[in-house]
Amino acid sequence: MKVEGKEEEILKILEENARISDKEIAKMVGLDEDEVKQTISELENRGVIRKYKALINPEKAGIEAVQALIDVKLSPERTVGYDSVAERISRFPEVKSVRLVSGEYDLSVLVEGNTMRKVAYFVAEKIAPLEQVRNTVTHFLLKTYKENGEIYEEEEKGKRLAVTL
Amino acid sequence: MKSDRVADRVKGLKGSGIREFFDIAQQMEGAISLGVGEPDFVTPWSIREACIFSLEKGYTSYTSNWGMLELREMVSDKIYKDDSVYYEPEGEILITTGVSEAFDLALRALVNPGDEVVLHEPSYVSYKPCTVFAAGTPVCVDTEVKDEFKLRAEKLEEKITEHTKAVILSYPNNPTGATLSRKDLEEIADVVIEHDLLVISDEVYGKLTYEGRHTCFSSLNGMKDRTILLNGFSKAYAMTGWRLGYAAGNKEIIEAMMKIHQYIMLCAPITAQMAAMEALRTNDEVERMVSEYNRRRRLMVEGLREIGLSCFEPKGAFYTFPSIENTGLSSEEFAKRLLLEEKVVVIPGSVFGASGEGFIRCSYAVSQYEIKKALERMGKFLERHRGKKWDYH
Ligand SMILES: Cc1ncc(COP(=O)(O)O)c(C=O)c1O
Repeated sequence: MKVEGKEEEILKILEENARISDKEIAKMVGLDEDEVKQTISELENRGVIRKYKALINPEKAGIEAVQALIDVKLSPERTVGYDSVAERISRFPEVKSVRLVSGEYDLSVLVEGNTMRKVAYFVAEKIAPLEQVRNTVTHFLLKTYKENGEIYEEEEKGKRLAVTL
Repeated sequence: MKSDRVADRVKGLKGSGIREFFDIAQQMEGAISLGVGEPDFVTPWSIREACIFSLEKGYTSYTSNWGMLELREMVSDKIYKDDSVYYEPEGEILITTGVSEAFDLALRALVNPGDEVVLHEPSYVSYKPCTVFAAGTPVCVDTEVKDEFKLRAEKLEEKITEHTKAVILSYPNNPTGATLSRKDLEEIADVVIEHDLLVISDEVYGKLTYEGRHTCFSSLNGMKDRTILLNGFSKAYAMTGWRLGYAAGNKEIIEAMMKIHQYIMLCAPITAQMAAMEALRTNDEVERMVSEYNRRRRLMVEGLREIGLSCFEPKGAFYTFPSIENTGLSSEEFAKRLLLEEKVVVIPGSVFGASGEGFIRCSYAVSQYEIKKALERMGKFLERHRGKKWDYH
């Protein structure tokens, strides 16, 4: 079921700020608070809203995490499809995202660890040996400029004058 | 001797009292400003990027006095698409340095000394002084909250004399946020025909209309020939600093405006013209900004009512114009005290004309967070000044 109307408006608000109060949402979309509560819980129940998370800038938090994007090429002979191996890879907590992609390779896997060694070992020990995996290429991430639509180093604001008529 | 250095016309302009307050407001640390008259968004990146690219390619020259033909063609297409009025790119459209310049040109092109120009108040602060600079006589019509700050045709008609040359129409309105429906506009158009008038229609906030659609005045029957349509890029595309706008209208008048423009401005900046072409190619960002303003609008109107200010529901621009009458303070006094006591900047309604007294202008071109914080502070202020909480709604 496609989300539209008030539901869509509420999603847009939450996507931008998941900690906003129901009361404020109510004002902005012209519903009362109970209707907002109900709409949100329906969206949650239907799985449209999966979860609420904070977007953290690891650098600012002093978290020394190493991430790598792994290109994974799978063997084409097997007819079971890619789902089962993708799901296996997905279960490792070190793995932050798994996507099936078109082009040179088949899966794009984002892996995170404390150190480069750990990430490299993880790939060598857990991913590369899987039966369907033909080869892997590891790209360590050096710097994140933008993630989930948010630019990390935002442009300075406040160049406006406080008063213009 | 010294006192004669400045021309009387300029000396006669008022406004010094409030300037002091604005100076304090500009500099106060930690203040939240609802006094802003421009978007808090930075110009969309695709527009900035197009301008940077044009600089790399060496577009740094003057352009035609009229503005680049390609841009005029795009402006013509846009007006036709949005409002179903067709303006010829050659002769009926002039690219200017903002609506500000276009407005000045329009007055100077139309007004003979002693001609009267009718303008509704509260409205944008430049109209009256520009009329005076053009040697015209401004005649004000008050609009009222009970009419939702609409210019009523009957009230307009009352002000018309044999000297009336033109009417300034400014909707969606700064500072009230009022809009006019097609029917309201049609009634005004009847008066315009009846008294053989011209209209200068400042539609710079047209895209920022939240309920229904903006109706372009010149799209009404018979109005194209009588209207100078002014619009620009400042508000809808978040391009205030670029200084770009345009005038569209009858060939004879636009030509007259161009004559003045070529001597005082030569042409609008080419960098801004290059950027504007990109702005006209993309619409998504405008829609995104408009829906964000709309959320903030509701948040602010509801919030103002909650803290006990009666607030007319604005349907355009990015201003709310709540009444502060029941505080017993003048709008200037209210704004000054609010700034000193709670560090929130609002603009006294009296700045926009005598009929703005008793109101303050609060802009919602600020983040949701700032709206919330400002309302909290204003709530405290009101509670203190009333001694008890209102249950007014
Ligand atoms: C009603 C109105 N007209 C015109 C302007 C100025 O527009 P521009 O930046 O195009 O000169 C403003 C700016 O605040 C305004 O509020």
